[in-house]
Amino acid sequence: MPTAAEVKARIESGIPGSEADVTSDDNVHFNARVAAAEFAGLSLVEQHRLVYAIFDEGELGGSIHALALTTEPR
Amino acid sequence: MTDQPENPLRDALADAIASNEVILFMKGTPEQPMCGFSARTCAALAATETEFAAVDVLADPRIRQELSSLSNWPTIPQLFVRGELVGGADIVGQMYESGELAAVLGAPATTGGDPLPETAEPGSAPPLQIENRLS
Repeated sequence: MPTAAEVKARIESGIPGSEADVTSDDNVHFNARVAAAEFAGLSLVEQHRLVYAIFDEGELGGSIHALALTTEPR
Repeated sequence: MTDQPENPLRDALADAIASNEVILFMKGTPEQPMCGFSARTCAALAATETEFAAVDVLADPRIRQELSSLSNWPTIPQLFVRGELVGGADIVGQMYESGELAAVLGAPATTGGDPLPETAEPGSAPPLQIENRLS
């Protein structure tokens, strides 16, 4: 099971220059707030897609059962 | 991933998205959501007093797989308005709070900002049963 620190590291390396705050009580349900310059000018759907794309197919909903996501341009 | 020229399920999903102004793909039904994220999304829609069609992706595992491949969105729920993916539970919740959801739905923006009720009033449209169209 991934830890919040691992999920944070993956998001930050997947979106260079981003900053992710990730919390989890159980290493299954995660809460992430991600700020990235890359989000500027993108719709929320496009911003979330950039984050989702970091994860493998089946990983979201699988080992990462839930990833509650808030994104913001920085 | 390979292209499948014949894909009736994908066609049925695309058709459902195109022919329903507001359509929610969720786990469970608006009356009985089977996941907190789906329940929250239904509650936001109910709070804007929007009628919406609902599809229970748990009815057949192929629905979720095909939907995600069609929408390029990995998780459930997924809300579509006038054929466009609006987002999942996080985006819908955020847009509800900002009042933007009501604007997108064309509902009066009087409800934005109120805390969401714990349970959703059922949408008035009967659930679509995509799985019935599978052979």
